[in-house]
Amino acid sequence: MPQGAMLVSTAVTSSAPLESQWVRPYKGHVGMLCLIAAESSIFTIFVVAYLYYIGKSLSGPTPREVLELPIFATVCLLSSSLTIHLAVAGLRKANYNAFRLWWFLTFALGSIFLIATGHEWHHLIYDKGLTISTNLFGTTYYSLVGLHAFHVTVGLIGLLTILFLALFHRVEQEHSKNVDTFAMYWHFVDVVWVVVFTVVYIVGR
Amino acid sequence: MTCWCFEKVLRFSLPLRRFRNRGLFFLAGSIFFACPFLARAQGPSQVPNIFDTVSTPADSIHRLSLFVLTITALIFVVVCSLLVYAIVKFRHRPTDENHEPPQVYGSNQVELAWTVIPVLIVLVLFFATARVIQSVQDAVPPANAIQVTAVGHQFWWEFRYPALGVVTANELHVPVSDRSRPTPTFVKLLSADTNHSFWVPQLAGKTDLIPNRINSIWIDPHEPGMYLGQCAQYCGVQHAKMLLRVYVDSPEQFKQWVDAQKQPAHSPDAVADGRRIFETTACVNCHTIAGTIANGRFGPDLTHLMSRQTIASGAALNTPENLKLWIHHPDSIKPSSLMPAMNLSDKDLDALTAYLESLQ
Amino acid sequence: MSSESIAITGVREPSRSIGAILHTWITTVDHKRIGILYILYALVFLVIGGLEATIMRIQLLVPHNHFVSPEFFNQMFTMHGTTMIFFVAMPILFGFGNYLVPLMIGARDMAFPRLNAFSFWLSAFGGFLLYFSFIGGNGLYGAGGAPDVGWWAYAPLTSKAFSIGHSTEFWTLGLLLAGFGSIGTAINFVATILCLRCPGMTLGRMPLLAWLNLVTGAMVLFAISPLTAAQIMLCLDRFLDAHFFDTQAGGSAVLWMHFFWIFGHPEVYILVIPAFAFISEIVPVFSRKPIFGYPVMVAATVGIGFVSFSVWAHHMFTIGMNSYANTFFTISTMVVGIPTGIKIFNWLGTMWGGKLIFKAPLLFCIGFLFQFLIAGLTGIMLGAAPFNWQLNNSYFVVAHFHYVIVGGILFAIFGAFYYWFPKMSGHLYNEKLAKLHFWLFLIGFHLTFDFMHIPGILGMPRRIYTYEPGRGWEIWNVIVTIGVFFQIVGTIVFVANLLYSIFRGAPAGNDPWDAWTLEWSTTSPPPDYNFASVPVVNSRRPLWDIKHPEDPDWRYE
Repeated sequence: MPQGAMLVSTAVTSSAPLESQWVRPYKGHVGMLCLIAAESSIFTIFVVAYLYYIGKSLSGPTPREVLELPIFATVCLLSSSLTIHLAVAGLRKANYNAFRLWWFLTFALGSIFLIATGHEWHHLIYDKGLTISTNLFGTTYYSLVGLHAFHVTVGLIGLLTILFLALFHRVEQEHSKNVDTFAMYWHFVDVVWVVVFTVVYIVGR
Repeated sequence: MTCWCFEKVLRFSLPLRRFRNRGLFFLAGSIFFACPFLARAQGPSQVPNIFDTVSTPADSIHRLSLFVLTITALIFVVVCSLLVYAIVKFRHRPTDENHEPPQVYGSNQVELAWTVIPVLIVLVLFFATARVIQSVQDAVPPANAIQVTAVGHQFWWEFRYPALGVVTANELHVPVSDRSRPTPTFVKLLSADTNHSFWVPQLAGKTDLIPNRINSIWIDPHEPGMYLGQCAQYCGVQHAKMLLRVYVDSPEQFKQWVDAQKQPAHSPDAVADGRRIFETTACVNCHTIAGTIANGRFGPDLTHLMSRQTIASGAALNTPENLKLWIHHPDSIKPSSLMPAMNLSDKDLDALTAYLESLQ
Repeated sequence: MSSESIAITGVREPSRSIGAILHTWITTVDHKRIGILYILYALVFLVIGGLEATIMRIQLLVPHNHFVSPEFFNQMFTMHGTTMIFFVAMPILFGFGNYLVPLMIGARDMAFPRLNAFSFWLSAFGGFLLYFSFIGGNGLYGAGGAPDVGWWAYAPLTSKAFSIGHSTEFWTLGLLLAGFGSIGTAINFVATILCLRCPGMTLGRMPLLAWLNLVTGAMVLFAISPLTAAQIMLCLDRFLDAHFFDTQAGGSAVLWMHFFWIFGHPEVYILVIPAFAFISEIVPVFSRKPIFGYPVMVAATVGIGFVSFSVWAHHMFTIGMNSYANTFFTISTMVVGIPTGIKIFNWLGTMWGGKLIFKAPLLFCIGFLFQFLIAGLTGIMLGAAPFNWQLNNSYFVVAHFHYVIVGGILFAIFGAFYYWFPKMSGHLYNEKLAKLHFWLFLIGFHLTFDFMHIPGILGMPRRIYTYEPGRGWEIWNVIVTIGVFFQIVGTIVFVANLLYSIFRGAPAGNDPWDAWTLEWSTTSPPPDYNFASVPVVNSRRPLWDIKHPEDPDWRYE
């Protein structure tokens, strides 16, 4: 064949689908699921370390002595999953006011969770004397809860960014798939909190 | 591009290609298998060869390894022969007509066969292995076993015999074990700092010494002699010179050794000067000499220093010159070990060395 | 759509300034350019890692040698291992994957081109950070700053107490960044392969290279993350006085080992599976037959992917786990050898009955087959826990894994270079020089790594900067060192051949090998958009169907 020529393959049988009928998954969702898989593995290792070190501290405050159930913060965070779901649903139906309202509420609820965590940590450090270097419990507690709080923070930055874009009317119905991809991340953060809460405040105490 | 020198090399190599393909790999294989046995032919050796075993756990491993080697060698020979055959038989020949060979996509029977056979091989290997794991790891110490506690340090070995009241370093003494009435030695493995590993190939497989963890190893040597080993887990800058010796004594020799080690240090008056220097310098911070005020635990116990053939955990022979060098300038024997250079005057150094030389 | 030949000539761009060229390469998001960046980056670090190995081999030539200090030697083996795994093998395999996957599945680029570029630069920066340690990681005793804790960085050697200065931080942070880059690349591979295949290319019709990179990508997501987590914990220990691996506070050294090897074992499969992919593409073309048993090859790879996550503690047989654990990991290690062995048989089956063309790509594949077989067998030996108690941490293990990585993976990479160099550069390489490279490297490889097994059997541990005379190790160390120089010369011939051929090689044309996958249907090198129009395929070998319309593959699949 001549130099530089390119062939287009034949499609002589009817088994070859037309491009419009060729269905493949949406890359945004696949990409986000991959990220969630990787992040879940990271969290799993921190959870394993937490579980392994339960009861092994050589000194210092024990979980039972210092931990209180963060019920309010948990309710806020888990509700934010509902609000983000409603926001995305609103966006899909081009109901932009609903979208902006529920999205703002999601951001607000997530922020309340983060502030509550900060408050809890302040109490633990200054009133109970528990830091990351106090003992194994302190090490595993702050690192696991802190890793989660870091992911909440990243989520809040994302939420805020999309909120600003929405306020400037730049988020349209056609972007609902993209926004939904981000919402998957936020749901993931909530699911992780369910696991962390169970391990730290129920199993570990 | 023509490069005549390369063409010459290749023309030389081409006739050998047939040999190389077949021969090279068989040659490599046979050398690989033969060498350890050739090494053994050097005589009662100081070669810590894993196939030159004298102790029950090492013997079990040796037998298992021969079994595994045989099976893997057979697999190697079979698959290699097929590969060589394929390379020779199915080469494209210039006389071939210009059409493609039969386009075969697979074969269920063949693929099933070469799935089932490896599964069976794995099962056989697994059962043989599981038996040895259990026999070595789950062995229960008999009542007359010698109990030793080994503590790994950067970069030396501490050995304590709690039941016998003996503390020594770097050179382990154990009694030979008669097959009819075994007297194995069980060693508890601890670490004072980082990870180490106790490996004397002729006596047993290695087991690591890990801080905050208690491991154990046992040996059951049938032949008296001296067996070499060294630390086998990277533990820091002088990992390479954390050497190990195990002396397998006859029962009488072992009893003699224990009795001598139990005594506190006896030093004649002639070396009182050296003893005074030892007791008034930083030496006492790290070393113990039983019967004196020195009870430091960071470095080896020196009470019977002269009963050992090496110093610095095997890094040098135990001679007066080496001992003096070790105290004066340890970095020349074992650079960056944790023994500091004791800045003593020549006179003090001589006196101190003379004192240490008296610690039989 | 009817078949037609469209002549598309490569667009000759007007010559540009150096600055403009650099700008194009630094800001590129084109998968082909990013692939080449990864490959060039890896080649530079291959030379550096090889230099580190050569220094070690010279030091070990004779007992009690004084070529380098103990501190420097310990830095050398740490950096050699870390460099070769994270900054040579992974980038080069990601590079080939980046270049080839979109072409082979008929896509125009990866799913997330900007993420692709970001991942590359992040990983590259990680490498520079690691190497900056030679200058910046000052230890307390001024011992030079590179990390010296071994590439596994076992605790508590990495704690502040035993690792003074900042060298361990450079190891940790450099690898953390490279790890994030790897995860980004893995996300791209998975999303691209699942979502951007051209019409007609079902998962069952993808080239094996695409399948194997899909499995590799998925493995990276689950394997790199434990290392990332453990390294974060190590950072917390060192920077914030946490106690994850602080044995004085009740922490566990063994926990680090578990976390590291849960990463470390799948990692070696992450390295070898792309090598398998090269073999699976090259052997069929040079045997003139399709791959034997495509479905089983896919199933075996997926099986390896899963089972490889269950074998990690065979690196820990000597740490004193109980007999049940040792037994479990023995069986799982042997089980993972089964699908791996099956693949060797399938490649053999591909060659069987074919018409073998002994050009450089196939020569390296044949070397791979012999050497990977041996490597697998020594792996089975090491998988038998009691045998492992003797061989672990000795030169036998070093010989085994170099057999896999050099004898297996590097040979496959050399084969891949020769196979796809014409596509990437548009020029043919010099076949005679390539064969010279093959023989030189083969001799050097066997001199070094065959004989390296023996000191291990004779009791020589690894990671020692010197050794005692009289233990029977001297002659073997000499032979091992001699082999290194053959490999160096072979590598020089390789680089010279490629460099020369880029500028003076004969034009390659689209399809110099008469191959069957989609990358050979476009120009060499491909245009930025890869294909003028999106291909449509009906079988696993679309170009075979075009070249043999009387006997197309889709009749038989």
